[in-house]
Amino acid sequence: MKMSAIDQSVSVLAGTADEVRSGTDAPRKHGASLSATELAAVRADFPLLARTVRGGKPLVYLDSGATSQKPDPVLDAEQDFYLQRNAAVHRGAHQLAEEATEAFEGARLAVAQFVGADPDEIVWTSNATAGINLVAYAMSNATAGRGGAAAERFVLRPGDEIVVTEAEHHANLVPWQELAARTGAVLRWLEVADDGRIRTEQAATVVTDRTKVLAFTHASNVTGAVTDVAPLVARARAVGALSVLDACQSVPHMPVDLHALGVDFAVFSGHKMLGPTGVGALYGRRELLEAMPPVTTGGSMVEVVTMTETTYAPPPQRFEAGTQMVAQAVGMGAAARYLTELGMDAVAAHERELAAQLLTIGDLPGVRIIGPLDTADRLAVVSFVVDGVHSHDVGQMLDDAGIAVRVGHHCAQPLHRRFGVAASARASASVYTTAEEIDTFRESLGTVRAFFGLT
Amino acid sequence: MSSSMEALYQQVILDHAKDPQGRGLVDLDPARPGSESHQVNPTCGDEVTMRVQFAEGAGGETVVERISWEGQGCSISQASLSVLNDLVTGKDVATSEHIAAAFRELMGSRGKGIDDALEDELGDATAFTGVSQFPARIKCALLGWAALRDTFARSGVLTDGATTTPAAHHHA
Repeated sequence: MKMSAIDQSVSVLAGTADEVRSGTDAPRKHGASLSATELAAVRADFPLLARTVRGGKPLVYLDSGATSQKPDPVLDAEQDFYLQRNAAVHRGAHQLAEEATEAFEGARLAVAQFVGADPDEIVWTSNATAGINLVAYAMSNATAGRGGAAAERFVLRPGDEIVVTEAEHHANLVPWQELAARTGAVLRWLEVADDGRIRTEQAATVVTDRTKVLAFTHASNVTGAVTDVAPLVARARAVGALSVLDACQSVPHMPVDLHALGVDFAVFSGHKMLGPTGVGALYGRRELLEAMPPVTTGGSMVEVVTMTETTYAPPPQRFEAGTQMVAQAVGMGAAARYLTELGMDAVAAHERELAAQLLTIGDLPGVRIIGPLDTADRLAVVSFVVDGVHSHDVGQMLDDAGIAVRVGHHCAQPLHRRFGVAASARASASVYTTAEEIDTFRESLGTVRAFFGLT
Repeated sequence: MSSSMEALYQQVILDHAKDPQGRGLVDLDPARPGSESHQVNPTCGDEVTMRVQFAEGAGGETVVERISWEGQGCSISQASLSVLNDLVTGKDVATSEHIAAAFRELMGSRGKGIDDALEDELGDATAFTGVSQFPARIKCALLGWAALRDTFARSGVLTDGATTTPAAHHHA
């Protein structure tokens, strides 16, 4: 549905519309990538990409998996909020309060539409980690009796099981370890195959009637592998378990329709999808959010408060205690609109080309890729090790050439342990990444082993 | 190759990283003072296990008789462990602490180095001056030194009441 915006999309790009319209490109066909003109227009929207680093070298930013750069429309939206509309939202009868509330809720709508959800199913969180913790602590509270009989689905008892996967970012592992420790539930996991993909077939035996939660990533921040969500959701439903999707890596890079995926909960962050830091979203199916007890309590999330007890607001406000990160939410809304206008099919097609190009580093001597070696169901996130050279040293060499990659364990120690390495380097692209940048990266990477005296 | 990269990866560092001294854990003699420390750099997963065996010197002072270690990490952390081994083995505890303090000072010098007298004591370790220009790499260079400090604290050889403040997170 949101993909229908593709045809008229490019004309709405702030500040670049004329340039794009003057291009000679025919209207993009379904599944087509960004044209050179469109890509140039996109890059012009990201002021930071024009800077140089390390003594005048053009920046080659290949660390978008960690955080993306921000386009003018996002920066402008945040600034415009503070310059023109800043006021407390959901209170006050003055015009500014009205406009601020409109901007805030308009952003919620934009984000919801971007991921195929309804706005009242989107809870603002400070980041994706906070979203996962929100669900985990709500389950704790339900287990402690909060939420009453309506919250029975969230109750964990000793012997109940929580299932995750070996591919998870620590953010989708540690909160579940802690929840298990608090409740006496048992943590189990699906393994990762040699090609970096989650062994979803194990769900048939690992996910059982005892399973209360099945939490898994939509796309690995290390291997780039995109998970086949359908069989996992089907298995979770069959046993009555809640499904929780970490969509941090998928939402910025491919079309995501949460209603179509059928997951119960999903989280994603603003800063990885061209939006600001300090804001993320928790999606929850309406009936689940309605039954879920609150976690952080205080102002703004209540109905009636007496000196002895309180009734709570309906979702999403029930989960948004205290003053919210309004300007950042407005910025995240602008990011959702920006990507929607580009068209996520086009973004995904562009990044699929970049993924194919990134994967050619596997041909360099001594370079080993951790993750799928083909572009099917994989993002332009490529982690690798260079034989004989530690990833920190690889990253340092690339940095000297102006190339920014991530090094270390990428907050996924178990996955690295699975592949027998303590650390890796990771190149990750985004909508603004060019083929020339990947060429530069590949060329620089090719010089690393020689520098360290290896052939 | 930029000059700061050449300063970072000096030949002496690359040589130590390629052929690290003291690598390979040796059993401690339980009859004499000695201890083991395991240090992890949580941001990159680099780790080291270090064992230090102490002996009594001619003047009754406690001497670092042998250092052995096993670790995985970048060239900076591995070379630093190797240099540490060369510098500290055979020294008494007070001198070792002095060298370690000088190295920490060097790492805090933002590429400027430290005064000549101290540099003389550091020998090969002065090659790490360039590392101090790269904030993200300083902790790599300090990993082994944090382990050394921890072994001193654990074996009770610090008599002047010096407390340890390991630069890296440690696991008991």
